Amino acid sequence: MINSPYIRKPASVQSVMLQVLLALVPGIAAYVWFFGAGILVQLAIASAAALAGEAAMLAIRGKPKALFLTDLSAIVTAWLIALTFPPIVPWWLTVTGTLLAVVIVKQLYGGLGQNPFNPAMAAFCLMIVAYPALMSQWPAAGQLDFKTQLDLIFGGARQVDAITGATPLDALRTALRSAASADSELHGLRASQLMDGPAFGALGGKGGEWVALAYLLGGLWLIQRRIITWHIPAAFCGALFLTAGLLWSVRPDSFASPLFHLASGGAMLGAFFILTDPVSGATTARGKLLFAAGAAVLTYVIRAFGAYPDGIAFATLLMNILVPIIDMKTQAPVFGHKKD
Amino acid sequence: MLRKLFKFHGGVKPQTNKERSTTAPIAPVPLPDKLVIPLHQSVGGPPRPLVQRGDQVFKGQRIGAADGNLSSAVHASTSGIVRDVLPAVMPHTSGLTTLSVVIEPDGEDRWGELDRINVRAATPDELRDYLRDAGVVGLGGAVFPSHLKLKPGKEGSLDTLVINGAECEPFITCDDMLMRERATDMLKGISAMRHMLQARDVLIGIEDNKPEALAAVQAAITASGEKGIEAIAIPTRYPAGGAKQLIRVLTGIEVPHGRRSTDFGVQCFNVGTAYSIHEALEHGRPLVSRLVTVAGNVNAPRNYEVLIGTPMDHVVRLAGARPDTDRYIMGGPMMGVRMPAFDVPVVKATNCILVGSPALFPPPPPEMPCIRCGECAKACPADLAPFEMYWFSRARNFGKTQEYHLFDCIECGCCSFVCPSHIPLVDYFRFSKSEIWAREREKEAADTARERFEFKNLRQEREKQEKAEKLAAKAAATREKVAGETATPAAATAAKPSGDDAKRALIEAAMEKARQQKAQAAPKNVDVTSPDVQAEMAAIDARRRAAEHPTEAPPPPPAGQA
Amino acid sequence: MLTALLVMTGIALLLGAGLGFASIKFKVEGDPLVDKIDAILPQTQCGQCGFPGCRPYANAIAGGEAEINQCPPGGEEGIRKLADLLGREFKPLSEEHGVEKPKSVAVIDEATCIGCTLCIQACPVDAIVGAAKQMHTIIAADCTGCELCLAPCPVDCIVMEPIAETVDTWKWRYPVFQIKQAA
Repeated sequence: MINSPYIRKPASVQSVMLQVLLALVPGIAAYVWFFGAGILVQLAIASAAALAGEAAMLAIRGKPKALFLTDLSAIVTAWLIALTFPPIVPWWLTVTGTLLAVVIVKQLYGGLGQNPFNPAMAAFCLMIVAYPALMSQWPAAGQLDFKTQLDLIFGGARQVDAITGATPLDALRTALRSAASADSELHGLRASQLMDGPAFGALGGKGGEWVALAYLLGGLWLIQRRIITWHIPAAFCGALFLTAGLLWSVRPDSFASPLFHLASGGAMLGAFFILTDPVSGATTARGKLLFAAGAAVLTYVIRAFGAYPDGIAFATLLMNILVPIIDMKTQAPVFGHKKD
Repeated sequence: MLRKLFKFHGGVKPQTNKERSTTAPIAPVPLPDKLVIPLHQSVGGPPRPLVQRGDQVFKGQRIGAADGNLSSAVHASTSGIVRDVLPAVMPHTSGLTTLSVVIEPDGEDRWGELDRINVRAATPDELRDYLRDAGVVGLGGAVFPSHLKLKPGKEGSLDTLVINGAECEPFITCDDMLMRERATDMLKGISAMRHMLQARDVLIGIEDNKPEALAAVQAAITASGEKGIEAIAIPTRYPAGGAKQLIRVLTGIEVPHGRRSTDFGVQCFNVGTAYSIHEALEHGRPLVSRLVTVAGNVNAPRNYEVLIGTPMDHVVRLAGARPDTDRYIMGGPMMGVRMPAFDVPVVKATNCILVGSPALFPPPPPEMPCIRCGECAKACPADLAPFEMYWFSRARNFGKTQEYHLFDCIECGCCSFVCPSHIPLVDYFRFSKSEIWAREREKEAADTARERFEFKNLRQEREKQEKAEKLAAKAAATREKVAGETATPAAATAAKPSGDDAKRALIEAAMEKARQQKAQAAPKNVDVTSPDVQAEMAAIDARRRAAEHPTEAPPPPPAGQA
Repeated sequence: MLTALLVMTGIALLLGAGLGFASIKFKVEGDPLVDKIDAILPQTQCGQCGFPGCRPYANAIAGGEAEINQCPPGGEEGIRKLADLLGREFKPLSEEHGVEKPKSVAVIDEATCIGCTLCIQACPVDAIVGAAKQMHTIIAADCTGCELCLAPCPVDCIVMEPIAETVDTWKWRYPVFQIKQAA
C-alpha cells in the first residue's frame, strides 16, 4: 500500500548517472582531440565488461537485472576506469580492472549503494600494483595515431616496445629529484625550466591541461544541475592549491606550482567525478569538506613524495575508509537542537 | 512592508495545483441521508457520548462531552434523530473503528438553544472552558484542542501571535478561500485570541502564491483599524505551513525540541481555527462544519462548507467524481492520509478530500538501494539526516534512529519526494516511530507486571512469616497449657519423657480443634441473607457440583423460590 | 639505577592508585547480567519456561541452567534479543514450553463465577479482585495474559481474549522492499 507523499520529483538514480556520463563528454572529447580516438575503444571495452560483470553477478545474486543494468552506475564506473587507466593498456587489463571493480568491489559488497570503496579507484590501485609498468605508460599528446593505439590495445606483446613515457606529473617529479642531486645533468634547474620540455603545456601536461579544463566544465555543469554540491570540488581544489602552494612558496625550485598540480593528472576528474561518488564518499556538508580536503592533502603527499605517478586513487581509498566516522561526527545540528 | 523574514532549512517546491479549486466560491452541501460523527476527533481523551439511540438532537447540540481538560466536545451537525451510537470506520489509514453517533437528518437543520457567552465580561478560564465545550480544535490538521493553546506563557502575555495562512500543501485551498471570503470574521476571531493571549503583535503568514487572500486580509485589517496586526507574504516553499517552520520564517525563533513556543513568546493558530473561534464566541455556534477542498481527480475542484460527519463520497459527488477514482486521501498529496473507504465521514481534521486515481498519483517506480546522495538531508526542514535514519529503521535498530533524532521528524514527506531511489523514507520513519511507541508501552506493562509480581511474592512471604509466628505463639501457649494439665499424672507415673507426650497432646488438641472447625464450617453470612440471594447461592452450589461431577444428574431446581 | 627504581615504583604506585580508584568509582552493584536478561523477558510471570516467574528464569539463564528459547510470550524477538545479549546462537522456540500466541487478557464470565478465590491465589500479579463467594473480575490493564488462572478455576469460567487493536496501538507496517516485485 502506498502512503504519503503521493507525488514525487521526477528524479532517479538512472537520471543522476546519465547526467554524470553527459558531464564527462567534454572531457572525453578533449581527450580524443589531443590523445587520439583510442580512448573511445577503451571506453567501449570497459563498458561492455562492466555490463557483463554486473549482469553475471546480478544473476548469481538473484537480483532484478533489468532494473540494475539500466541504472547506468556500472557504466559510470567503467568510464572512470577507462579515463584513469593509460589509454594504451592492453584490452585484457581494462577488462580485468573493470571486472574487479564491478564484481568484487561493488557487487560482492552488496551492489549499488553498498560499496564502501570507490570501485574505479580500487581497480586502479589493484592494477597499478599488479602491472606497474603497463599502468605507467602514457603517450604524449599527438604521439600515437589511432592504428598504433589499436595495435597496442589489441596487440598484446608489442606493448613493451611502445615509445611512451611517464605522465607529466611523474616526469616532473623525476626531473625535480635529479635536479636536486649534484651528479645529474639537470642539476640546478628550476621547476619552471624543467617544464620547458615538449611534454608540458602552459600549466600542466601538454594536452592534459585542456582535458582537465573540459572536466572542470563538465563538473561545473553537474553543480549547476544540482547533481553534486560545490563542497567536494571546492574543498579538494582549495586544499590541493594551499598544500602545493605552501611548499612551492617555500621552495619553488623543488616543488611544482599549485596550478600545475590542479591541472595535471586526475585532479579535476577526481574533484568533480571520483570523490563526488555519493556511495563511497562523505554525505554531510561538513563531512564533504573534510573528506575532500583530506583527499587533496593525501594526493599531494603521494604525488610529491610517493612512488606512484598520481595519488588520487590511493587518496580516495584512504579517505573512503574514514567516511563512516566523518559522516557520524559531522551531522548537522537538528532543528530545535541547535546551540545558541 | 519590508519585514525581515527568516529561512528554514530544506523544503521542496512541488506543483501547487491550487488554481482550479479557487475559481468558484465556497459552496454549501445538501444534507446527506445520514451523518456519522465520530466522538473522538481531537487530540486527547475520547469524549463520552451524551445521546443514545432514538434521541432527537438539534444542530449544535452537544453529543459528546469533553473527557477531562485535554479533550474537546463534539456536537450534532444538524437536527435529526440519533439512529445509533456504535463503532464505525473512521477516517484513518488503519481502517479501524471508533465510537460514532449516527444521525438521520430531519431536513430542517434547526439550531438548538445556543449557549452564549459575553466575551468581554468572561474570565479567560471561562472562555477556555467555553471553547472546549464548543469543540473548537486546530483546523490545520493537527486537531489539538484550541482552548489548551489559548494560555499565555508564564509571563502572562505573549510577544507574537502567529496566524497560519500559509497553506503550503499542494491542491488544498480551503484556507485561501476562507481568507478571501471571510477575512473580516476571521480577523474578529484573531482579535479575540489576541485578547485572551495578551499578545502584543499578530503576524498572519500567507504564502506568496495567494495574492488575493493576502489582499483580502490586508483590506480587512485596514478596515478594522486594529493596530499591531500584519499580514505577511512568505516565500512559497513546502512545508512553510508547518508551525515550527512558520514561526521560524516570521520571527526567526527556532523552538527547541521539547519546549513550547509560548516559552519563547510565540503561539501559532490556523486561520480556520480563528474563524471557528469567532463563530463560537460571537454567535455561540459550536464547531459543526468546516471548509473542505475537494480536488484531484474530479471535474470541478471546489471548496465546500461541509457538516462534520458527512460521508466523503457525498461531497465528492458534487464536484463530479471521475470513474477511474481508486482512493480518497484526507489532506494533501504530501502528508495526506489514505482513507480505508469512500464513505468515511468528514471530521474536524479534514481540510481536503483529495480524490486519487492511478493516473494522477501513479505508484512510485521500484525502490532502489540508497546511494547516500544526501538529497533527503538537503530537503529536510528539520535538518535531519533521513538517509542515516533510513538505514537504522530498515535494520530495526531503533535506538540508533533516536540518536539521529527520529522524533523531530514531522513526516512532511520532503525526503520521500526528492529521493532518486524512490525509497518510501517517511514510511520507514512512521514504522520506526510506532514500533518505538509499542515497545515503550510493552516496557511499561512489563515493569508494572514485574513490580506487582515482586510485591505479591513479598506479600506471600510476609503472610507466611506472620502465620508461622502466630502458629509458634499459639503452639507455645498450648504447650504451656498441656504441660500444666499433664503435670500431675506425669509426676505420678513419671514414666515417659514429657517432650513426646506434649507433642502428642498438641496433635490431639489440634485435631480436636479441626473437628470442631469442620463442624462449624458452614458459610458465615448465609443465614443473614435475603431469600433470593440464598436461592442464587444454592444455584451456584449446584453449578459447582455439576462442574465437579459433570456426568451426574442435572442439578436440582433452585430451592426456596421466594 | 636508583632513578630507574624510583621511576618504576612511582609508576607502580600511580597505576595501583588508578586501579583502586577505578574499582571504587566503577563498582558494579549486583548481577547486571541477570537484570539485563530480566529486562528482556516479558514479565508475564507465566512459568511456561519451567521456572516460577521471569526473574528465576533470568537467573537460570545467567547461570547456564536454562536455554534461551523457553519463553513463549517473549517469542522469537525475545529469543533474538537474548541471543544478542548473551552472544549465543539463536534457536527457535522450544515446543515443549509452548507456542507464541497473540497478546491476550483473561476475562471472567461473571454469570458462571462462583467466587472460589482460586484464581486470585493463582494470579502472579494480583490482577484479579474479588472475595470468597463474591464475583471476581480481572483488572485488564494489569493482566499479563499468563493463563495461570485458567487451570485452577473449577467452573472454567475464565477465557483468554486477544487484545483488540485500537488507533492508539495500531502500528505502521514495515515498508515492503519492492525490488523483487519489479523483477
